[in-house]
Amino acid sequence: MDIKAYIESGVLELFVAGQLTDQENKEIQELMLKHPEILQEVLEIESAIIKLSSAMSPGDTKHLLQLIKDKLQIGGKDVKVVSIEKARYNWLTYTGWAAALIVGAGLLWTMNQNQQLEVKVSDAEIEKAYLEVQIEDAKTDLAVKENLLNVLRDRNIISVPLGGQGDFANSYAKVYWNKSDNSIYLDAQGLPDAPEGKVWQVWSLTLNPLTPTSLGTIDNFNSDDNKIFNIANANESQAFGITLEPAGGSQTPTMDQLHTLGVVSQP
Amino acid sequence: MELDLLVSNFQKKDEKAFEKLYNMYSNSMHGVIYNIVRDHEIAEEVMQDVFIKAWHKADTYNSSKGRFFTWILNIARNAAIDKTRSKAFKNSGKNLNAEFFVDILETSENLNDKMDAIGIGTYVKALGEKCKAIIEYLYFKGFTQKETSEELDIPLGTIKTRNRNCIKDLRAMVLE
Repeated sequence: MDIKAYIESGVLELFVAGQLTDQENKEIQELMLKHPEILQEVLEIESAIIKLSSAMSPGDTKHLLQLIKDKLQIGGKDVKVVSIEKARYNWLTYTGWAAALIVGAGLLWTMNQNQQLEVKVSDAEIEKAYLEVQIEDAKTDLAVKENLLNVLRDRNIISVPLGGQGDFANSYAKVYWNKSDNSIYLDAQGLPDAPEGKVWQVWSLTLNPLTPTSLGTIDNFNSDDNKIFNIANANESQAFGITLEPAGGSQTPTMDQLHTLGVVSQP
Repeated sequence: MELDLLVSNFQKKDEKAFEKLYNMYSNSMHGVIYNIVRDHEIAEEVMQDVFIKAWHKADTYNSSKGRFFTWILNIARNAAIDKTRSKAFKNSGKNLNAEFFVDILETSENLNDKMDAIGIGTYVKALGEKCKAIIEYLYFKGFTQKETSEELDIPLGTIKTRNRNCIKDLRAMVLE
């Protein structure tokens, strides 16, 4: 058989086009098995037609495969194929979700941290304000005490100890009298708190004749911390006394309630 | 031979084999179908039908009757032509008086094969008009030799050799 002439006849092109009878097809199939040149020729004809028709395809057909498989209901149960598809899908999906979760958790953590820090800052600010108040208090306290110390050290100060009288022998007080500014500082630490309805009253006395002049009541005695009271005194006092009087004070001292008394020793 | 094994596995409903055959022929079938229906959506629809049909009718294929490509090409052509004869298709007013496949190559939107298509299109234009017609009728429309000879007014006896020469030219253009 003249293979070349057979090939040149054009029958193989018709074979690929599907234009031959069953008998002719069968013959060519057998010839292809016997003669590799014929097979090769058929493959090239087929390849040229496939190439040409593929170039006529208006779009990618890859995505249609899954649709076809879905319609054929295959692929869903095939572990091998699905696993590849699924693995890719799952890998991407899980990674995506994992990333989202991590970012989300990180965000929550950061927010939480931020909140905690804000609370801490606010705590610290409260603490700071509290400490500032304490410092201010301490400063004030110190100023008061320095003032007091200055007063007591003043050259013009006359110190008058007031001793316990009669039934009140345990009581005592001290008067620091600054004549230059007409005021006294009464240190009444040695007196008990005034009972309910009563009040301590301070008296300036002249001795000959004995004349008491009220310097006023100490209404805030019980609540005062250092029991030192600054009282105006323009009198030429010769002695100071303190009596317990009914609330509001009295015109004249109740002598049986005279707790302390001290005479000014003239310089 | 590898193709025989593939086809044989496909006939045994092997999904892998089906996928491989799909990858080998789907673009080609898509082109053939589109050439006939000239509508993207309909072409995709017919494409699916063709491979579904091939799957169900796999056992009717026999290598002694011809190439597997020829078999599936036949299914595709018939399915596409059936579609153009359907009432719905006719009502859609599609203009099928388009030129032969050549114009598709010039307007192909298939990006993957764009370079290919442009390249092939350039060459294929150089094919003789009779050649384009013969290829169109014999391969893409499924006309018989007799119908082709009548349509082109070429003696039946020369269709074979004319076709041989046309395919030779085509091979020289598209195969390296």
